[in-house]
Amino acid sequence: MKDEVVLEMKNVNKTFPGVKALTDVSFKLRKGEVNALMGENGAGKSTLIKVLTGVKDYEMDSGEVRIEGNPVVIKSPQDAQRKGISTVYQEVNLCSNLTVAENLYADREPMKFGLIDWKTMNRKSQELLSSLDINIDVTKVLSNYSIAMQQMVAIARAVDMDCKVLILDEPTSSLDDQEVEKLFMLMERLKKQGVGIVFVTHFLEQVYRIAEHITVLRNGTLVGEYETKNLPRVDLVAKMMGKSFDDLAEIKSEGGSTKKDEVILEAKGLGHKGTIKPFDLVLHKGEVIGLAGLLGSGRSELVRSIYGADKADEGELDFKGKKLLIGAPIDAIKNGMAYLPEDRKEEGIIADLSVRENIIIALQARRGMFKLISRKEQEEFADKYIKEIQIKTASRETPIKQLSGGNQQKVIIARWLLTNPDFLILDEPTRGIDVGTKTEIQKLVLKLASDGMTVMFISSEIEEMIRTCSRMLIMRDGRKVGELGEQEIDQMNIMKAIAGGNE
Amino acid sequence: MNNKGFSLKDLTKKRLFMPIACLVVVLLINLIKTPDFFNISINNGVLYGYIIDVINRGSELAILAIGMTLVASSSGGTDISVGAIAAVAAAVITNILSGGTDSVSEFHAPLAVAILAGLLVAVLCGMWNGFLVASLKIQPMVATLILYTAGRGIAQLITRGQITYIRVDAYKVIGSQFGHNPVPAPIYVAIFMIVVAALFLKYTAFGLYVQTVGINAKAARLVGLNPVKIQFLCYMICGLMAGIAGVIYSSRIYSCDANNIGLNVEMDAILAVALGGNSLAGGKFSLPGSLIGAYTIQALTTSLYAMGVSSDQLPVYKAIVVVIIVSLQSPELYKLIKHHKKTGAEKKNLIKEAVQS
Ligand SMILES: Nc1ncnc2c1ncn2[C@@H]1O[C@H](COP(=O)(O)OP(=O)(O)OP(=O)(O)O)[C@@H](O)[C@H]1O
Ligand SMILES: [Mg+2]
Repeated sequence: MKDEVVLEMKNVNKTFPGVKALTDVSFKLRKGEVNALMGENGAGKSTLIKVLTGVKDYEMDSGEVRIEGNPVVIKSPQDAQRKGISTVYQEVNLCSNLTVAENLYADREPMKFGLIDWKTMNRKSQELLSSLDINIDVTKVLSNYSIAMQQMVAIARAVDMDCKVLILDEPTSSLDDQEVEKLFMLMERLKKQGVGIVFVTHFLEQVYRIAEHITVLRNGTLVGEYETKNLPRVDLVAKMMGKSFDDLAEIKSEGGSTKKDEVILEAKGLGHKGTIKPFDLVLHKGEVIGLAGLLGSGRSELVRSIYGADKADEGELDFKGKKLLIGAPIDAIKNGMAYLPEDRKEEGIIADLSVRENIIIALQARRGMFKLISRKEQEEFADKYIKEIQIKTASRETPIKQLSGGNQQKVIIARWLLTNPDFLILDEPTRGIDVGTKTEIQKLVLKLASDGMTVMFISSEIEEMIRTCSRMLIMRDGRKVGELGEQEIDQMNIMKAIAGGNE
Repeated sequence: MNNKGFSLKDLTKKRLFMPIACLVVVLLINLIKTPDFFNISINNGVLYGYIIDVINRGSELAILAIGMTLVASSSGGTDISVGAIAAVAAAVITNILSGGTDSVSEFHAPLAVAILAGLLVAVLCGMWNGFLVASLKIQPMVATLILYTAGRGIAQLITRGQITYIRVDAYKVIGSQFGHNPVPAPIYVAIFMIVVAALFLKYTAFGLYVQTVGINAKAARLVGLNPVKIQFLCYMICGLMAGIAGVIYSSRIYSCDANNIGLNVEMDAILAVALGGNSLAGGKFSLPGSLIGAYTIQALTTSLYAMGVSSDQLPVYKAIVVVIIVSLQSPELYKLIKHHKKTGAEKKNLIKEAVQS
């Protein structure tokens, strides 16, 4: 029995200034199994992984690691790699200004006559990606591709290196169903080869599909390890949150479709060359409009062209009854729009600034440089949202980069709520957010809408959009191809519409 | 005892601890090597002494450090043209005052007009740098290299290759003293600029904007800031500061020697920012840190002179001291030391265990 265990961590402790991130956590991974590491935002999942793989600044205070029974000291991620542990971290750490192939083979480039053999490298990259059913140009710079694609590249890189243990920290947070399928197929294959997989996610369905064991952390302590088949979903949620909670309860108010006929935004032939074909759009006050479509179907591009993140180069936009010329996001903000971008790390967080500064920055920009929000007011704003959406942080002055992924996301949400916009665009707002908070945010969106805010909602999780949206736009190949009214919104219709085919 | 140790540890974590400690160490060494370093006397109605000299001569550097801090924070680069810009400003001012001749004993134009024109040219130089960096996205080092090399040439053209002397008492005021006030005038100018900058940073959101742009320009744009405009402004301000420093330099020698005004001062200004604990890669900044850095550099220069180091050897000694100070401030160094200690201990433990089992 014992030789089955490929990785074991015992009594791991880790303290950051002001935060005890891990207390006596133990973890066990067997050969050929998936062990899902679960817990709320800030529970310590990513920290455990970083401590294990020797990430800088994450040296463990005390504890022990064994690989196949032998005690080891892992000094760095490269060292972990050499010892057979491949990791995809939560924040994809590839170089977005290098090509896909360079990223795949960084640190282990094929050489020829002492020089990098580019041809072989590109060929091998192409082969690797095609074997995973990913079809992209490996000689292009990585930043050309969506985060989902970047995440797939990171996964490809990790699995290509011979490993006994594969660690995936929220790999599916920005993938859509199809990509998730691809990943699962890959994981099944690795399991058969005897690779043990640590899988972190907030999607319960995925855990029940693929994991043999579930390890639950709460507030940096181990709650327990369970066999998936013996742990019903409600129990799992209760173990994570420390209280019972029904994450599937109906949240839309029944028959609550108040009349929504006051037009707030109208786009006529708006478009951005190369990303989104001209589209028409009418949005009403108090609506929650979902944007559905496959990856790369132009959902983000559509909202970006409205907000001015990518300035629209054709068409017209009417907002609150007047014609708007948006040259840059500030014009949109001043008129009452807000946009939560999909890519939290690249476009969302201001890493070194405090939680407080990250929260007030958009409101400050809206007010202008010479109308500094007083320190007292800034603190009140920050405290209000830290309490309201339960941002887990040592203090409001903690740099945002020290927060867990999900809590960073909450700070960015707070940033936009603070500007009290009339039109709020949310691109994957619950990305990396735990079950309990996800429901809170969905409820919040519905409440904001009933108070008269118009919300545009993008999510790769169809389930989530069904729960919140009153209308749905269907996108395909950079084009708006259809709409579903409130009565038509269900899983089947959406899937059909997204896939398109013969209409 | 225990308690005291604890608070000392907390103190070392404060951001300005290291810069201040460095300054103190430099001064202490002086106290031992040159005991009269802290003597202050009055000579010809002006305060006199090494320490006064540090504060006096440090004025230009402190003013330059203000601009350099903003540039480094917003663009993750440095402006290496500040010395040259100071020379250009000085050339413009002296040549307006001299009406194009090499030496005058009375103004050919009002002093205020000349100074304003000089500062305007300095601001234009800053705008040029800002345009290259912010709009054309040229690397700051490369962009400012243009004026670094061309600036003194331009200044030479303006002065027709001559040293222009302005032998008028009114011109010497800024570089010497205001009336019979014994405190050297450059100190007042520096204090004024520092106060203005501090108030500006305290009562507007400019500092927050600059840091935001320096940390994540993409995110800055999406929250409604204009990174191009903010970086441009920083370079413009840096140009203005260089101009003001140029005025002081020139007034001190009541002339413009285009080849020597502010020579190599850009390196000192950059070092000041770094010594202040600021990252030259952009992001968070501390103005007090940079200012302490500026006076530390000046103290270093003055003490080396006081110890009798000749001016051609000065850079070598300065470099050695700077390397020591900068590495003392590097958290990486401490981590490296800690890591070595720790992994050593761990290995021993593991060996013990292996032997036991
Ligand atoms: N570098 C750091 N400095 C200080 N505190 C940190 C640091 N990294 C993590 N923490 C703290 O440790 C705790 C655990 O964070 P961790 O990132 O492990 O959470 P997580 O379980 O991965 O959450 P999420 O689901 O949101 O990703 C949090 O309270 C976080 O603020
Ligand atoms: Mg995490």
